[in-house]
Amino acid sequence: MLKVTEEKNLTAIVEAAVEKHGTHADAFIPILLEINHNYGYIPAEAIRLARARIHQHQEHNLVSEGQLFELASFYHMLSTEKNGRHVVQFCASAPCHVQGGRELWKAIQETLQLKSGQTDPQGRFTLKTVSCLGICGVGPVILVDDDSFGNVTPEDLADIFTRYE
Amino acid sequence: MKFTRSMVLVSNDPESMRRGAAEIYQSFHDELAAADLSEQVALSQIADSGRTDILPMVIIYPEASVYGPVKLEDVKRIVEEHLSKGRVVQDLLAPIRELTGRVSWLKARKDTEPMEKRIVLRRAGRIDPESIEDFIADDGYQALAKAIGLTRMEVIAELESSGLQGRGGAGFPTGLKWRFVAGTKSTKKYVVCNADESEPGTFKDRVILEGDPHSLLEAIAIAAYAVGADEGYIYVRGEYQLVQQRLQRAITQAREYGLLGRNILGSGFSFDMHVHSGAGAYVCGEETALLESIEGKRGQPRSRPPYPTTQGLWGKPTLINNVETLANVPAIILNGAEWYRSIGTPSSPGTKVFTILGNVNFTGLIEVPMGITLREVIGIYGQGMKDGASFKVAQTGGSSGSVFPPSLQDTPLDFESFKKAGVSLGSGALLVCDERTCVVDLALTQLKFFRAESCGKCTPCRVGTERAVRILTSISEGQAQLGDLDTLLKLADEMDLASNCGLGQAASVPIRDILKNFRAEVEAHIRLGVCPAGVCAMVPEEELEFVKQG
Repeated sequence: MLKVTEEKNLTAIVEAAVEKHGTHADAFIPILLEINHNYGYIPAEAIRLARARIHQHQEHNLVSEGQLFELASFYHMLSTEKNGRHVVQFCASAPCHVQGGRELWKAIQETLQLKSGQTDPQGRFTLKTVSCLGICGVGPVILVDDDSFGNVTPEDLADIFTRYE
Repeated sequence: MKFTRSMVLVSNDPESMRRGAAEIYQSFHDELAAADLSEQVALSQIADSGRTDILPMVIIYPEASVYGPVKLEDVKRIVEEHLSKGRVVQDLLAPIRELTGRVSWLKARKDTEPMEKRIVLRRAGRIDPESIEDFIADDGYQALAKAIGLTRMEVIAELESSGLQGRGGAGFPTGLKWRFVAGTKSTKKYVVCNADESEPGTFKDRVILEGDPHSLLEAIAIAAYAVGADEGYIYVRGEYQLVQQRLQRAITQAREYGLLGRNILGSGFSFDMHVHSGAGAYVCGEETALLESIEGKRGQPRSRPPYPTTQGLWGKPTLINNVETLANVPAIILNGAEWYRSIGTPSSPGTKVFTILGNVNFTGLIEVPMGITLREVIGIYGQGMKDGASFKVAQTGGSSGSVFPPSLQDTPLDFESFKKAGVSLGSGALLVCDERTCVVDLALTQLKFFRAESCGKCTPCRVGTERAVRILTSISEGQAQLGDLDTLLKLADEMDLASNCGLGQAASVPIRDILKNFRAEVEAHIRLGVCPAGVCAMVPEEELEFVKQG
């Protein structure tokens, strides 16, 4: 999840992704991941472009826009909606939950004035819950964009969030 | 490979980096240059050894001194004292994990070594994971060479007599699985390594792959040789970016050395593999959902049979093994089945990597022989319960495991004993909770997890998890009636019987377990209107907000 800049050329991003991963069926998810990473999310236009681009190649697997959208809406790491400039992900799984995650989740919602899935009006933060991130040794864990923070307490939150504008 | 008199290894796992490992590495670089030692001392990076308490960690060879946690200001002293003058800086050494707490019961158990036994993690945190030379110098790829010298059936027979069982959770005999795939006739076969480690509380595969990626490539190549496959995939969960980078790099290196690709080691055996990234779906840990995902589809489990061993990836016979399972293979091939059987218990040989989490003093990762007990794990490796609290409930194997009471804490942690006790070992996560945890709240957290991760294909799981969350929520809000518990149990039975895959079946486990082992506590929520652990709000959420504002 990099910063989304509107000036980014969606066509160029899609073409580069298809070029990098190929046009066989096992490339569909990697292509969408690449687009999501470079553009911030996957708009309907990206799906149209990706399908067209895949079908331009000589050797390719047939795919419909519906199939690609189906993937974009199924996997958690792919987003079909535009997020805020920064995405805050809170691990809601049991190991973090019993190590102080319960209290932390309340504090995050209060600090950001957001509930899960919401974006603030200024478009600064989107708040999401996420399943285990695999760094449970230092739970509770939150992820802001690509940065992970472990052993987070409610007192740490203000300091963490001010780093992101 | 450059030869130097000493070698400095700085840990660079995500947690170390968060604690300033990059600055420490840079500082070593600068200090060594300033002391004119750059030519004599090699500087490199290693992965986490599983001990979060000593990160960032610095190891210096040949003395094998382990320093940690190292602070930036310590670097100059280590360079001056240890590397210039050859004196180990005693006060900066990492504390040895000593046995503390109540260990008296150990004496009653014969032939038990209260220490770690590392097989799959033997190189993690000891070698540079980005260097194939390091790996080869540490007996790497020798097992592959040895395996290629044997016949395919000899390799499988060795594995069968080792008694290795799948470490992903189900405990299926690995050798038998290999025999199934080897016995299926086909011109094309695949080997798939399941590294979609998403079970909450489990991060063993990450540490293995970050610390020793080549060992997996070696193991997968051995598996491919044994079953007759020529192409492989490692399906890594999307969140594990570092793992993907390291594997990609390792594959490139192995190709350059002729250890992957055409005609490996001049034997006529050809094999190559790809790293495939997941995109965030717990259900893809289920093997047929994983195959669907590689094929560019939604991760929805297939109906079985046919099993992947006969009809797997792109319809071809496919061997699917978990990372930890495969990581055992090279050691078994090198040292023999008999050696492997000398570790662990007779019915479950070998070691198991456990992650210890929750309300204990030490959280992290251990690799120990099969058959130690939870009491030992808490007392020795977890260094006792945090704040002197009492042990109340443990959850094994992430969300798909069992929720079990203190009465089972002396049950040996191996597949057979757990099966007898009616609980599941799962993936090896051990979440230890003290009396400040409410079982209703714990089960609710798990059911919310299953609700979020259900793929939605079959009704019992899609609707069942939603209904279970509602009932558990109403219990935690003090709005439930006793009859709801019967509904909940019936729901659990239906999910277990009618779900298409293990996800829906596993969702029934926490419900059954809390009603079997902690029924009084659940009923207290309903009959008395109190949460004995003081966790549940006992009023509906809307009212709670009203109370806060008012």
